[in-house]
Amino acid sequence: MIKSILLNYKTVYATIFVILCWYLFHVIIQSNIIPNPFETILVFFQLLQDDLLLHVGVSFLRIAVSVLVAVILGGSLGLFLGLHEKYDLYFGPVIYLLYPLPKIAFLPVFMILFGLGNTSKIALITIIILFQILVTTRDSVKGLSKELFYSISSLGANKRQVYQHLVLPAVMPKLLTALRISVGTSISVLFFAENYATTYGIGYFIMDSWIRVDYVEMFAGIIAISLLGLLVFKAIDLLEAKLCKWALLEKGENTNF
Amino acid sequence: MIEINDLVMKYSDNIILNKINLQIDAHETCAIIGPSGCGKSTLLYGLAGIVKPASGSITIDNSIVVGNRKETGVILQTYGLMPWKTVWENASLGLSIRGVKKNSIEEKISIILKQLHIYDLRDQYPVQLSGGQRQRVAIARALSIEPDLLLMDEPFSSLDAIAREELQNVVVDLYNQKAMTTIIVTHSIEEAVFLGQKIIIMDPTTGNIKKTLDNHHFGDHAFRNTTDFHKTCVEVRKLMEVTST
Repeated sequence: MIKSILLNYKTVYATIFVILCWYLFHVIIQSNIIPNPFETILVFFQLLQDDLLLHVGVSFLRIAVSVLVAVILGGSLGLFLGLHEKYDLYFGPVIYLLYPLPKIAFLPVFMILFGLGNTSKIALITIIILFQILVTTRDSVKGLSKELFYSISSLGANKRQVYQHLVLPAVMPKLLTALRISVGTSISVLFFAENYATTYGIGYFIMDSWIRVDYVEMFAGIIAISLLGLLVFKAIDLLEAKLCKWALLEKGENTNF
Repeated sequence: MIEINDLVMKYSDNIILNKINLQIDAHETCAIIGPSGCGKSTLLYGLAGIVKPASGSITIDNSIVVGNRKETGVILQTYGLMPWKTVWENASLGLSIRGVKKNSIEEKISIILKQLHIYDLRDQYPVQLSGGQRQRVAIARALSIEPDLLLMDEPFSSLDAIAREELQNVVVDLYNQKAMTTIIVTHSIEEAVFLGQKIIIMDPTTGNIKKTLDNHHFGDHAFRNTTDFHKTCVEVRKLMEVTST
């Protein structure tokens, strides 16, 4: 009984749990750095009618563009290297070397090359998640069994059909997993990137509230950035349930969303 | 008719098949048997046009095999089903790759799935099926393109004994309905004797054919229980043992 409730209302349960912990901290710590969650939620809804939605919207757009560019560039490069071992021989070691490098340290370079506006912010997020997507796609293509390629070529498939029926559906679940990880990363990078040269974005909103020592508003901003992350996660879940039902079945997971 | 002339096939630099010559008549069933590593699967891949010969040639109905041939149906050992496609989508893959119209696909596939008793499973994914059911889907997919040549690479080796015999019976029934040229690669003596009008025994040391045997008993489920069946099995086993010394 309890188990089925927990399974069916995961998000609701987690939200209640987090708010209760928050409240507990608020009561124990007795400092205005941890405001009352219920007061904060109230302020959050008031701010929504003001300009909070605009800040979230700007942030969402920056993430969306970065993810889109990273998936297109990283995904196609990953597919190419996964299918052409000859080129991976040359590029593989370079990617291995660059992958763990903290790209965020190159922010000054991005600022000078792309300016202080949106472009440098988007370029920074893109380059950070691009590697994740590139490596995941390449490795999942490499892991495909030879038999599947034999099987589809015995049916007379041309190159486009091999991509359509074999390669793309095969990498989709791993790509979505990589996307889920990258979105988490991109939100934290975004927070960092929105601390310079902008007056819009949820990162700016939070830091601005902090500077004004308005902790309630700061936490309302944190709620907004959390909801943004949750929303994107849920969207990826939905996409997974729709496109990769088979992979969820293989993992033995519930496919009713 | 299939003609194989001086066929040499290599895997990287190893010679797997060394100058094989073989003729298989149209409408004949032929079982290729030998231990692991004797090149029997490689021969089948060559016939299917999946792997290219190093030298020599494979000719089917007077045209040399280069790549995929439209009328060849292939069933692989590990079923070769796409895990992301349902039974229905897997079975119809061959037809949709060929660009057959949707309502024509629908008609053909439902007939074949019903014939193989997997119509009720049409919306399931391979992971939800038993080994025998998966192999039925692979058979359905191969049959959907209405082949005149059916190639099978150890198709039933990972199935339990009952499922294996059931599917061997299915192969016999299919042949009795429409006499497709059928080539089956196997390491099971019983399977070779039950399914091959011609039994080809491979020699792993030379990469060539050790012996070809004619077997006229093919075509009846009950053959499995006859003394002739067991006699032939003993004969094949003896020939294989000679091979290994």
